[in-house]
Amino acid sequence: MLEINNLHAGIAGKEILKGINLTVADGEIHAVMGTNGAGKSTLSNVIVGHPAYEVTDGSILFNGRDLLAMSTEERAQAGIFMSFQAPTEIPGVSMTNFMRAAVNARRKAQGKEPLSAGDFLKLMREKRKIVELDAKLTSRSVNEGFSGGEKKRNEIFQMAMLEPSFCILDETDSGLDVDALRIVAEGFNSLRRADTSAIVITHYQRLLDYLKPDVVHVLIDGRIVKTGGPELAGEIERRGFDWIKEEVGL
Amino acid sequence: MAENAFLKEVAEKKYEYGFETEVDTEILEKGLSEDVVRLISRKKGEPGWLLDFRLEAFRYWQSQKQPSWGHLTLPEIDYQAISYYADPTRKSATDGSKEIDPELMKTFDKLGIPLEERLALSGTAVDAVMDSVSVKTTFRERLAEKGIIFCSISEAVKEHPDLVRTHLGSVVPYRDNYFAALNSAVFSDGSFVYIPKGVRCPMELSTYFRINARGTGQFERTLIVCDDDAYVSYLEGCTAPMRDENQLHAAIVEIVVGARAEVKYSTVQNWYPGDSEGRGGVLNLVTKRGLLKGDDSRLSWTQVETGSAVTWKYPSCVLQGDRSQAEFYSVAVTNNFQQADTGTKMIHLGRNTKSTIISKGISAGRSQNSYRGLVKVGRKADGARNYSSCDSLLLGSHCGAHTFPYIDVQNDTAVVEHEATTSKISEDQLFYCNQRGIATEDAVGLIVNGYAKDVLNKLPMEFAVEAQKLLNVSLEGAVG
Repeated sequence: MLEINNLHAGIAGKEILKGINLTVADGEIHAVMGTNGAGKSTLSNVIVGHPAYEVTDGSILFNGRDLLAMSTEERAQAGIFMSFQAPTEIPGVSMTNFMRAAVNARRKAQGKEPLSAGDFLKLMREKRKIVELDAKLTSRSVNEGFSGGEKKRNEIFQMAMLEPSFCILDETDSGLDVDALRIVAEGFNSLRRADTSAIVITHYQRLLDYLKPDVVHVLIDGRIVKTGGPELAGEIERRGFDWIKEEVGL
Repeated sequence: MAENAFLKEVAEKKYEYGFETEVDTEILEKGLSEDVVRLISRKKGEPGWLLDFRLEAFRYWQSQKQPSWGHLTLPEIDYQAISYYADPTRKSATDGSKEIDPELMKTFDKLGIPLEERLALSGTAVDAVMDSVSVKTTFRERLAEKGIIFCSISEAVKEHPDLVRTHLGSVVPYRDNYFAALNSAVFSDGSFVYIPKGVRCPMELSTYFRINARGTGQFERTLIVCDDDAYVSYLEGCTAPMRDENQLHAAIVEIVVGARAEVKYSTVQNWYPGDSEGRGGVLNLVTKRGLLKGDDSRLSWTQVETGSAVTWKYPSCVLQGDRSQAEFYSVAVTNNFQQADTGTKMIHLGRNTKSTIISKGISAGRSQNSYRGLVKVGRKADGARNYSSCDSLLLGSHCGAHTFPYIDVQNDTAVVEHEATTSKISEDQLFYCNQRGIATEDAVGLIVNGYAKDVLNKLPMEFAVEAQKLLNVSLEGAVG
């Protein structure tokens, strides 16, 4: 599915990722944990193709395709989805029109006809239920006037609409109360197919309790310094990152 | 990097209507003089009073200077280098046949304006004007059954001279401004509409203006008279071929609204805007004004301005009747080197009159986009109200948006509100759209249409769809 080799990348001339190697197979969930400024958000932004980030070395293959040669929207159309940490507001553009453009762009890339207005609204109604998103929100402008929790739910709603094969959850748990976290996590789980894979970026164990990652990576100073099973997340929750730093001599 | 790619796309952007029609056209020699004014009047077989009107206007124009107060850099216009009359229907006129040159029919077909009634958009009657002459007006007979007059203004002068004489220049006198004087001297064709008392016009009336001939200007004149208790919705569209030179378009639209009558006037202006280097394009210098003459009369101007190298236009309303209501809805888009200085004037004279101004400017490239508006409340206009909202959206960092509101209130009971915002499409918004699979151009279209929807919603349906597409084309690749 996703294969990252020796990835070096940064922003504004400053190197942040210093040789990342990471392979996520079909159906796997990988958690990436790490201290602030370790490069977690850089990693997700580079995968989805944020124009401000520059890749200086290495490669990313997605289902055998050279991801770095693809534009941001091509990557999205190929099935990569990011749940944003701080989703942007787009005043004047209704969620309905926004999602319709997104769904039809994906369908076009797949050589399918655009959905009719009727079919599209039906799809919206179905998917809204999964994350218990209020019907009022989809008639509002994109993320405008949404609470923090509503924004995160809205991200998972969009994921439901777009049915991606590879998801990045970038600190989806930040700013969520316990109930909202459960709704979002359960929403994600119910949307997962056997071959859906994901990278989950988080500071906390809570979200991982729901998502049950197959692999946990620790990212410090632009490098993956430790990789383990789900139990590693629990250990970090109890002991922090310092022991890992000591272990690898940082 | 990305910016250069976008700029390149902008440069390669196509103007869809830029073709030229090969048609035998009678073009008057270039230059402007009293003799030319007389010649135009003679060609049109006009009565003496109209020639006098033209000559007075011409003499006044000669005594005036081109205004320079707009936030515009107007290229110097050599008024002697322009031909003031071009007739593409000469062939049929000289061989005496009533048939319209098939090339002309084809041209309007290509523009999506079929002139055969059986093919026409349902519910819309069209007056098609190319260069200085009206080519055809559809559905005239059907409208005449209700007493509605819809024809070219040249025909109206011959067939309904009293109506024309009463109202021509009554809303926009030739002394109004420099370009109004010029138009009054040399105006060629345009539409005339008369809706009799108590009649609700059963279809949309529309005029489609096309400049075709090289080296000419277009000076159209439209007069709409909507008598007491009558209603009409009127649409105006315009395009021109792509040329390296500037072409002058100086029009006048006058509207008279009777008591309890209502007029809706919508424009989608898409004259050739010039190329990406700022070469060529139409200079669109227009005076549009409506007189809300009767009590409880209503008038709305809705305009989508995407074309022209320079736009200088302020569709205005004189709220003379008590309780009259006027509205102005505008979307003005400028890209590349386009310049627009546009807005409205709301002159409140009657009691309890009410006006609304919603203006949305969108600037991209190196363009300059200005809103200029006057709200004036006269001494006797007790209880007058105005609400104005002027928003500017910037795409990229080389364009300019400006707002020049003028407020002149002479009555203590008036309430005048003005709101203004300026915003920019952010990188974050575009990235968010891109990450959902929406390409940047489509994202800009989505955001711009969302921004302009308060105005687009005011357009008749057929027009709204066209206008939406037009906004997308005009801004193709405009974000850097």
